[in-house]
Amino acid sequence: MGEANPGGAVDHAAARDIRPAPVKLEVNGTSHTFAVEPRTTLLEALREGLGLTGTKKGCDRGECGACTVHVDGRRVLSCMTLAAMQEGKQITTIEGLEQDGELHPVQEAFIEHDGFQCGFCTSGQVMSGVAVIDEAKAGWPSAATADVRKPFTVAGLSNTEIRERMSGNLCRCACYPNIVAAVAEAAEKG
Amino acid sequence: MHPFSISVADDPGRAVAAHAQDDHLSYIAGGTDLLGLMKDGAAFPAHLLDINDLPGLAGVDATPDGGLRIGALARMSDVAANAEVRERFPVIAEGLLFAASGQLRNMASMGGNIMQRTRCSYFRDGDDPACNKRRPGSGCSALDGLNRNHAIFGWSDACVATHPSDVAVALAALEADVVVLGRAGERSIPIADFHRLPGGTPERDTVLGRGELIVAVEVRAQAEGRASHYLKVRDRQSYEFALVSVAAAVETEGRRLRSVRLAMGGVAHKPWRLTAAETALRGADLDDIGALEAAIATSFTDARPLAHNAFKADLSRRAVLRALQTAGARA
Ligand SMILES: Cc1cc2nc3c(=O)[nH]c(=O)nc-3n(C[C@H](O)[C@H](O)[C@H](O)COP(=O)(O)OP(=O)(O)OC[C@H]3O[C@@H](n4cnc5c(N)ncnc54)[C@H](O)[C@@H]3O)c2cc1C
Ligand code: SF4
Ligand code: FES
Ligand code: FES
Repeated sequence: MGEANPGGAVDHAAARDIRPAPVKLEVNGTSHTFAVEPRTTLLEALREGLGLTGTKKGCDRGECGACTVHVDGRRVLSCMTLAAMQEGKQITTIEGLEQDGELHPVQEAFIEHDGFQCGFCTSGQVMSGVAVIDEAKAGWPSAATADVRKPFTVAGLSNTEIRERMSGNLCRCACYPNIVAAVAEAAEKG
Repeated sequence: MHPFSISVADDPGRAVAAHAQDDHLSYIAGGTDLLGLMKDGAAFPAHLLDINDLPGLAGVDATPDGGLRIGALARMSDVAANAEVRERFPVIAEGLLFAASGQLRNMASMGGNIMQRTRCSYFRDGDDPACNKRRPGSGCSALDGLNRNHAIFGWSDACVATHPSDVAVALAALEADVVVLGRAGERSIPIADFHRLPGGTPERDTVLGRGELIVAVEVRAQAEGRASHYLKVRDRQSYEFALVSVAAAVETEGRRLRSVRLAMGGVAHKPWRLTAAETALRGADLDDIGALEAAIATSFTDARPLAHNAFKADLSRRAVLRALQTAGARA
């Protein structure tokens, strides 16, 4: 390193180049290549670049969960993610959850349980709900798990567990009890 | 956010060399703290070096002496779900699970977590009030301002902020090492020496310098690991930073405490070890609440609360007792 390579790791063509550059994103199964500025967030790229406005901007600081999407199958906050860092990643947004015109079971459960009022937080809630069930199936504990030393199974996904695991998604309309009921039912159904 | 450029690092040595030669370069891992600081105008890197593709830094592996090496790029959620971590060092799993949210834990790395900057609201304020950490020499708005969430130990007139990481507190109780790659190779920094007290230079949070990269956190094998617990007290039940928090790790003989390690969050500019209490608690009976309380109190004689946070000393003493009892029940 060092002396042998005075240029270091910084690609000096890239350093201080703030202009838009192409990035390839796989969004809801379709590949899109388009130019983004380095400072463009994934949230802005989805909404303004691709017109996928189902993902919402609430706080833009990682504090509300409205912008939740899945990247390579994991829930993340698109407002705290740079689009330029998602090259080749598989991104799923609320628009990509339905399959062949059928809503995802978590979407169905939100309708069934009236899990929203104004709907602003709902896409983020649903994306989190889907992931919460996957994480519980994978045996992940949470802060509500009585003893993290013991194995966790999806059978332990109580309402208290769901509340804790969904706490990264705020709802200004306070639909929390119905959101918890929706996630619980979707988890039970499979 | 201000405009900046970005590139991807493919080799740790070259990443370190680049960091050494460019004062305006910042590593980015999960981005969950750095991008927030940039949006709030509290960080202005001209170039971001994306370290997420660096090979070999995302694992959780056993070390030859039976300890654990947690890669700097391991995600909080993966470390918290790891069976070895949960069984042998539950305080680490709990420190991670009580932090942030499910989405943030999927994004945030271990290295980034211990590097995160204070949540002092003046420091994060886009209107740029006086703040020595943000603008050295400008003063400290919290010293005579709203300081309910601030330090009761180790502060200076220049800065009364606390360190917000939860898992760093757990790592402090386990006496973990931060493994850092520099231009001359790797060095291990005891976590107790990694974060700084503010003194006259609160703009520096850690001892890490230019041209250094955290590659791992190492925890040695220890009996106290299994009987450990993280207790976090906050204004709301979830998705909130600590008012105060306690990491307790103990070894017992029957109901007697043989060895105790205690660290606190939310009370100082760094994870705060309660060394006086640790000594006083040695040999104490876990069922003798009066003796435990008296021993714990020895670590609070030098507490220096600010105008709005005197409650933290009482809250801390009670939280320590509870954490100690829970850890003790695991022994
Ligand atoms: C709403 C919200 C709530 C939160 N609540 C909590 C909480 O309750 N408890 C808690 O502990 N945390 C909490 N956090 C903070 C969160 O845990 C941190 O933002 C996160 O851990 C940072 O990790 P990262 O990988 O995203 O770091 P980044 O944002 O990528 O980086 C942070 C800093 O670390 C540096 N860095 C990153 N990796 C390395 C490395 N390997 N070597 C050297 N430097 C490096 C970067 O240059 C940067 O300066 C919260 C954050 C948010 C937004
Ligand atoms: S406490 Fe520290 S971070 Fe907060 S305003 Fe004062 S100098 Fe700034
Ligand atoms: S908009 Fe991303 S968390 Fe609020
Ligand atoms: S339904 Fe209105 S914010 Fe949640």
